[in-house]
Order: sequence, then structure tokens, then C-alpha cells
Amino acid sequence: MKPAPFEYHRPGTVEEALAVLARHSGDAKPLAGGQSLIPAMNFRLARPAVLVDLNRIPALAGIRGSADGLRIGAMTRQRAVERDATVARDAPLVAEALPHIAHPQIRTRGTVGGSLAHADPAAELPAVMVALDATFDLVGPRGRRSIAATEFYTGLFTTALAPDELLVEIAIPRPAPRSGSAFVEVARRHGDYALAGVAAVVALDDAGRCRAARIALLSVGDGPVLARKAAQAITGESLTAEAIKGAADAAASQDIDPPGDIHASAAYRRQLVGVLVRRALQRACERARSH
Amino acid sequence: MPDPKATISFELNGEPATLAFAPHKTLLEVLREDAGLTGTKHGCELGECGTCTVLLDGTPVLSCLLLGLACAGHRVTTVEGMAAGGRLHPLQDAFAELGAAQCGYCTPAFLLAAQALLAVEPRPSRAAIKQALAGNLCRCTGYLKIYEAVELAAARLRGEDATPARETLYGHA
Ligand SMILES: Cc1cc2nc3c(=O)[nH]c(=O)nc-3n(C[C@H](O)[C@H](O)[C@H](O)COP(=O)(O)OP(=O)(O)OC[C@H]3O[C@@H](n4cnc5c(N)ncnc54)[C@H](O)[C@@H]3O)c2cc1C
Ligand code: FES
Ligand code: FES
Repeated sequence: MKPAPFEYHRPGTVEEALAVLARHSGDAKPLAGGQSLIPAMNFRLARPAVLVDLNRIPALAGIRGSADGLRIGAMTRQRAVERDATVARDAPLVAEALPHIAHPQIRTRGTVGGSLAHADPAAELPAVMVALDATFDLVGPRGRRSIAATEFYTGLFTTALAPDELLVEIAIPRPAPRSGSAFVEVARRHGDYALAGVAAVVALDDAGRCRAARIALLSVGDGPVLARKAAQAITGESLTAEAIKGAADAAASQDIDPPGDIHASAAYRRQLVGVLVRRALQRACERARSH
Repeated sequence: MPDPKATISFELNGEPATLAFAPHKTLLEVLREDAGLTGTKHGCELGECGTCTVLLDGTPVLSCLLLGLACAGHRVTTVEGMAAGGRLHPLQDAFAELGAAQCGYCTPAFLLAAQALLAVEPRPSRAAIKQALAGNLCRCTGYLKIYEAVELAAARLRGEDATPARETLYGHA
């Protein structure tokens, strides 16, 4: 099929983009990489009357390292982030998760901001940003605001973004000393959306105990799920195989209420979460110890 | 009322081009319907099959998920742009020689994705080839012949005298 007709705008600045969004409030949609929006338009599941193409706004793309951490522009392509040396050093969890997203052609166009704003519960990056405790910068007619990734996700494919707002930048804090991270997922074929996945960050104290842990799950809820019970179970503990298993069991039994669908039953997703949280925590601990 | 047409100028297969088309068309539709270039194939329109792959500024992208309008000022290469001076590209020769194309519906896309790989990696490993072609589906060949053809063409492009690997689906012959 073909997309339904729409009015097309290609602003050169964020201000111009915001003006168009404000003028057509509710009827206009930002177009980033188009790798989720255009398939939906091809099938007429989405029929925006106005498209605001963000691809010619240079200020929205780029990766900057600073003393506080990493800042990634919303329009930075997934492929560029995947290959960036600063990202590999300062946010290895992001680098580890990216190759799991679809295929090279899609990552070449698809953007970080587009994936985060799209809020697919099966997407990798939202869970990664929740695990990293990243902050999203949004701008709109009422100015600029920062919001924690955890608060940004409000439900199935829904976020805190107002229709006249843009996600402009993602801030990822610098990794804590003696910390490690890991990303694992299970998909039917590499590149498919995951049946379940885990992004974990663990920080150790001087005695090698878990000082803090953030574990985020994908594909098992309405959006990324922060596994609070699992983190509680392990915080302050020595990271023995038993403690890790306890956290994994807590994740599978208390943190989630997974959906069952044609891809996987709820029971299978629970099983996967138990196994994957264990693997992710083990790996993250090993990495934290080697720092 | 039909949409008024939009006009863009860009580089198409090495030549400057100006095209007018309905502004809501994807690049896939523009290429096939407005530029008359039907080498780019139409598959799922969902980003799943890869058969609509073209090169945008030398990098593989899915033309079904890109608006024609977004290509203004950019460089687009389709399979029609691969042959030069009446001679097929070494990848095209290798695909034909080794039977890497059967029904051929996926072939233009595989050729372009492989061309982009070889442009940056003249000596790719089998794993690198698989990764670069992971977004392209083929229902006929079983992929082995495609990997072999890319390896053969890569060797020829490096100026090496290459014999194709005698691999079969069941291992090495
Ligand atoms: C076949 C296929 C397989 C895929 N597999 C995966 C996968 O395994 N994992 C995965 O995570 N993703 C997958 N994707 C999705 C891909 O990662 C998309 O690139 C991503 O979801 C959307 O990013 P985009 O830049 O293409 O955004 P678009 O498609 O352009 O936009 C998506 C949505 O976000 C909004 N939006 C975009 N940018 C902004 C912004 N800056 N501010 C406010 N709103 C904005 C748009 O209005 C739209 O509603 C797949 C896609 C395809 C086609
Ligand atoms: S037609 Fe299938 S990916 Fe474009
Ligand atoms: S040759 Fe038929 S689909 Fe690949």
C-alpha cells in the first residue's frame, strides 16, 4: 500500500520544527529515521496530516562526552552510536545492546531518539536508558525540561512527550567506579524483536558487595520495566551465585506480569526473565570486578 | 483532488536528476513509478525483507521506508547504476557465474548491500558478509552461493586470481 497524502515540512532548526508542530497541534508528527513511522504509514495504521521531517536539523545529531557523562542528540543514527568509540568506553551497555536492533539497513536510518520516543515495549534502547538512569531533554512551546527515563515511559507506546514537544537530547551519567553492565536478550532470529531481554548495571563497594543495581526488562510489560524487587534482593549482598539466583527469581516472580501472545506465552516469558536476569547479573558482576 | 507534485533534484546513478512526484511517495515508488527504474524490487513495505535496498550516499537503506522527498540533494544508487561502460560489475558477474541468483527477486538488493560492504572492507570475513547481508531475505538460494559470490567478486576486485570455493549445503565438497 502507499502512505495517505500528508503535508510535508522540512525545518532547518528546532524552533521552526516546534512552530510547525504547534500550528498543527495533534495532527502533526515528527519524522526521524522513519523506520517505525513509515511502515505504519505504508499500512495506513498511522495517517498523520502533517509530517515534520527532523533530518535536516544538524543541531539534533551528535555524540558529546563530558565530565558528567555522555550526551546523545535525538537524531543520532543508531548505526553511528553503535560504532562510536566514546559510547563504547562511557556507555558500553548502549554499545552492547545496539547490534540487537533489527538489521544494518534499519540502524543506518533509525535514530536513538526515534526508538526512545516510539516506546515499543520490545525495543532495546528504552530499557537500556532506564537501566542507565538516563535523562531525556524535551523542548516545546513551554520551554525545555528534563525527565528521567523511568518517568518518561507511561504506558504501551505512550510517553510523557506532548504532541507539540520534541525529544532533543539524552544524557547518560558517567559509569560509577567499580561498576559493570550487561545486555542479554532472546529473539527467534537475530534482529527480530526480543521475546524478553535484560539490561543490568551493578556497582560494587570496597568489600565487593553489591552497592547498587539497576535492572531493566524489555518485552515483558507495557514499556521498559524497572525490576525493583530484583535490585532490592541483591543490594548489600555478596554477589554469590545464590544471591544472583535470588534476584533473578524475584524478577521473574514479583517484578513482572508478562503478556502472552503468538510469539511467547506469559509462562515462557517469565522463565526467560529468570534465566536472562541471572546471566546479565553474572556478566555485569564479572565486568565490575575487572574494573 | 490529487496532490500537487513536488520536485527534487538529486544524483541518481551518477547523474544529476530532477524528478516530480506526489510528495507522499516513498523512494521505492518514486524509483519504480516516476523514474522508470524497476530494478529495485517491491516486497513487504515493512522493512522485513530488504528487497527494496538502494544506496543512499553509498550506504544501504530500505527505499520502502524512505520518503522520496528526503532524497533531495543526496546520492541514490540502484542496481541500474552498478554496470559501468556497458560492463557488469564484478559482483554481478560472480552472482551469475555461481548461481547466486535463482528467481532473482532479491538479487538487486543483495548486489547493492554487497557493493557497499566491499567499498569499505575489500577483504571481508564470512562473518562480516553475513552481517552486512543480514537485512536481506532470499527464498531460493539458501544464501551459501550468495556468500561465495561476494567472496569471489571481492577477490577479483583486489586483483587476485580467484577460484570459487567448492562448498555445498552439506559442507565442503
Ligand atoms: C523490520 C524492522 C525491525 C525492527 N527491529 C527492531 C528491534 O529489534 N528493536 C528495536 O528497538 N527496534 C526495531 N525496529 C525499530 C527501529 O529501531 C526504529 O528505528 C525505531 O523504532 C524508530 O526510530 P526512527 O528514528 O526510525 O523513528 P520514526 O520511525 O521516524 O519515529 C517513530 C516515532 O517517534 C516519534 N519521534 C521520532 N523522533 C522524535 C523526537 N525527536 N521527538 C519526538 N518524537 C519523535 C515519531 O513521531 C514517531 O511517532 C525495527 C524496525 C523495522 C522496520
Ligand atoms: S519492501 Fe521489504 S524491506 Fe522494503
Ligand atoms: S533468488 Fe529468489 S529470492 Fe533470492
